[in-house]
Amino acid sequence: MANAHCIASGMGGMRTAGDLVGRMEMSRGMKLKEAKEYVANKLKVSVLDLVDPVVMNELRDDLDIGMVSTSLFPGSAKAIEAKFRIAELLDIEINCVNRFRDKIVGH
Amino acid sequence: MEKVYTRMGDGSLVELSEGDLRRDLEEGTGDAAERGEIPALSKDELAYLFDIYSIPYRFVSVEMGNEVILSYDAATLKIRRVGVLTHRVQSLQIYEKLLGADTVEFDHVDYSFKPVKPIISYEQADVEQALLMTTIPVFYGAMPNLGSYTQPDGPCINPMELLPQGKIAEARVAQEEMIEHAVKDMVYVASAMYESGVDGINFDTTGAAGDADFLATLRAVEILKKKYPQMGIEVGMAGEFVLGMHGELTYDGVRLAGLYPHKQVELAMKAGATIFGPAVNTKTDKSCPWNVARAVTFAKACGENSPIPVHANMGMGVGGTPVIDQPPVDAVSRASKAMVEIARLDGL
Repeated sequence: MANAHCIASGMGGMRTAGDLVGRMEMSRGMKLKEAKEYVANKLKVSVLDLVDPVVMNELRDDLDIGMVSTSLFPGSAKAIEAKFRIAELLDIEINCVNRFRDKIVGH
Repeated sequence: MEKVYTRMGDGSLVELSEGDLRRDLEEGTGDAAERGEIPALSKDELAYLFDIYSIPYRFVSVEMGNEVILSYDAATLKIRRVGVLTHRVQSLQIYEKLLGADTVEFDHVDYSFKPVKPIISYEQADVEQALLMTTIPVFYGAMPNLGSYTQPDGPCINPMELLPQGKIAEARVAQEEMIEHAVKDMVYVASAMYESGVDGINFDTTGAAGDADFLATLRAVEILKKKYPQMGIEVGMAGEFVLGMHGELTYDGVRLAGLYPHKQVELAMKAGATIFGPAVNTKTDKSCPWNVARAVTFAKACGENSPIPVHANMGMGVGGTPVIDQPPVDAVSRASKAMVEIARLDGL
């Protein structure tokens, strides 16, 4: 069922910019249109580009904000590394990034 | 006249005439409009729904550009449910890398807040590792599940045993005690998870035990939002109608019993929710077109009344999805497309 919804209606998560738009809805309570426009503006692409996996795969590589096929891109930012870069790119607070920073740097 | 193949609410295949299909769509939206005192779908919207259900393809999707955010609940539980024996961290990675999830949820197999409390340190340790290994937003999710606070599993007398005895006042007192226990547990668990780094908390099946269940969740959300203003909070409901098991509970002066989604969302937002998930239960003796027309009508009114994102619940048995463990893709994809393109929601 998850597959069916994803293919029918979903942005596609890390295949595109779905996780980034999702963060804006969750963290700032932005409605979808506003969240898409915010992310498109930050990424300097059109709103339609946000759901294009061809455009977004290249852009995610350029911005180093996490890719699906990590084995094809050794050395690329993964997981917590990518989240540090996403927080900076979108100008948002990410809770686990702040926690990680506190753990490394100290209180 | 052409025949249309579709499904009933229990998932069984059924053949409808075009006339039957139109009638079901009109009656479905009419049922929601009458109950919720909200507008029914327009002629154009019903025509669009008719097109979705009358085309013969096995799978349909939204038009390009209309894609929405999918916030999956109970990810770690669902991988375990089908017997794929991965650690929960790997379950999240499956959703992230293989299932195209936009957000994902970490949870315990006993999917309520109360059972997590005694094992909180184990949950925290796993969540902290999960957050190091995932990129997409991670919620921690559980159900308020007020019923778990009744004897013999909990401290309170079971109000469902008092009500048939005519002990209404005593049943109300029992529910008010259950609320106090539930709020304490939800705040404790959610706080621990947020301190461990999760992006947000999902209160799943809110209102399942009626108005007391809804009130407990609203109070917990209010406390958590004051404590952690940056916390993402999703309130996902259990059904389209809040049952008045108590009958006299209010939040911000509004009686909770009898609320439909367009009014539920107002209170969720006041409490501090950042995403609201309306749920509309599927009726198994009605067709999927009937159920989807009804669900979309409720969800549309909810979305139009909400300044926060609305993510309709579209799992098994809600949002027009059939009540069966493996819902057929022809039914799921049609419900998905209808909910996105007619209700104009922010996600599912």
